Amino acid sequence: MTALQHVTVTVNGITYERSVDPRLSLVDFLRHELHLTGTHVGCEHGVCGACTIIKDGMAVRSCLLLAVQSDGTNLQTVEGLRNAETGELHPIQQAFIDEHGLQCGFCTPGFLMSTLELLADNPSPTDQEIKDALDGNLCRCTGYQSIIKSVRLAAAKTSGGKLAGTHGSA
Amino acid sequence: MKPAPFDYYAPETLEQAVALLEKLENEDVDAKIIAGGQSLMPMLNLRMARPDALVDLGKIKTLDYIRQENGTIVIGAMTSKRAAEDSTLLRDRQPLLHAATGHIGHRQIRNQGTVGGSFAHADPAAEYGAVAQALGMEMVVVGPDGERIIPADEFYLSFLTTDIDATEVLTEVRAPIMPDNTGWAFQEVCRRKGDLAMAGTAVTLRLEAGSCAEVVIAVFGVNATAARLPEAEQVVNGQAPGEAIFAQAGEAAAAALDEPIADVHATADYRRSLIATLVKRCLAEAVERCA
Repeated sequence: MTALQHVTVTVNGITYERSVDPRLSLVDFLRHELHLTGTHVGCEHGVCGACTIIKDGMAVRSCLLLAVQSDGTNLQTVEGLRNAETGELHPIQQAFIDEHGLQCGFCTPGFLMSTLELLADNPSPTDQEIKDALDGNLCRCTGYQSIIKSVRLAAAKTSGGKLAGTHGSA
Repeated sequence: MKPAPFDYYAPETLEQAVALLEKLENEDVDAKIIAGGQSLMPMLNLRMARPDALVDLGKIKTLDYIRQENGTIVIGAMTSKRAAEDSTLLRDRQPLLHAATGHIGHRQIRNQGTVGGSFAHADPAAEYGAVAQALGMEMVVVGPDGERIIPADEFYLSFLTTDIDATEVLTEVRAPIMPDNTGWAFQEVCRRKGDLAMAGTAVTLRLEAGSCAEVVIAVFGVNATAARLPEAEQVVNGQAPGEAIFAQAGEAAAAALDEPIADVHATADYRRSLIATLVKRCLAEAVERCA
């Protein structure tokens, strides 16, 4: 056991302080220490994108970060999408329901967070831009066509108005 | 937890980092530097790498910049690939390096991964290897004895191996500004977008009185390190551009390779064949850009 490291991190607007083993990945930290199990663990070597979260305004893979590397950062996970006051789903989440953008749902948190970054940067993406933004997320059951349709719908619903976007700045 | 245990250090200055690396080296501790970690983390998770200690450069804020100094674009080693991708300075003044950046991994990888990390990791399939060779880039490292500038052709030694000493930190990479009237091209082939390339090519050239001049051809993903291929460059230099001469250069490039890597992704013969095609296509694309 190596020396524990102190980590202070803000997740979905709440600041947490913990002491962690340096080899603890950020995704395991979120799930096991903070009990935020919405972020899923897939391949654990940066291929599948299921663990995608927003770190300081940018989509990153939480399996390819150590919890200690997130010290001092501002994170957003899928739990932070829903409107905290009204309980209403985020327009991106609603669009994935309306366009059947998920079947089993395992990959969905990653797709939602990658989409959140895309639409915050580019409110009206072309189909090619959607594909480029999501090429780091794998889906093994729904199929990509309905995911792309979902993103298109989310963009249509949110462009013009300001998307409740990522915390922090890119 | 997937990685084997390690001690963790997060120095806040470059001086602290170098002093720490020297101390760990003297104590015979196997220390590894982590920058963005987008190559190291998979290796730790798969336990292909089991260092005793990690030295995280993430708290050193002075190594994050892209700027022009005289005729050179200088990039701090801890600059994210996303920042390089979004840099209009890089896009306008060193478009080959800029274009190569967009081919690296996925958006989520480029957001976290650093420019310096890719150079220092020296994966044979890393896009920056070919760019470094094609442009004659320079790498700046700082160690206990001060600063050292390493030209690209002395920087990459073998698979995942560079000339950076265990007590040194890569702090900056330098690329010359692309001269006006220079054509360039960067292409690679992978099974899926964002995968490591099976083969790739970078080309720069100029047109003088209707003939190709100063042709540079560099390839990556096929041998232990990226390399320039003078045998193929000679085929095109002084010749009028055209499909036949470009195809001939592609054949010369394929023939000049050391025995290519053979793995689950591609056979050696397939990689050789990809290089022939990519060199031909890149030469044509570079000539288009001269116009």
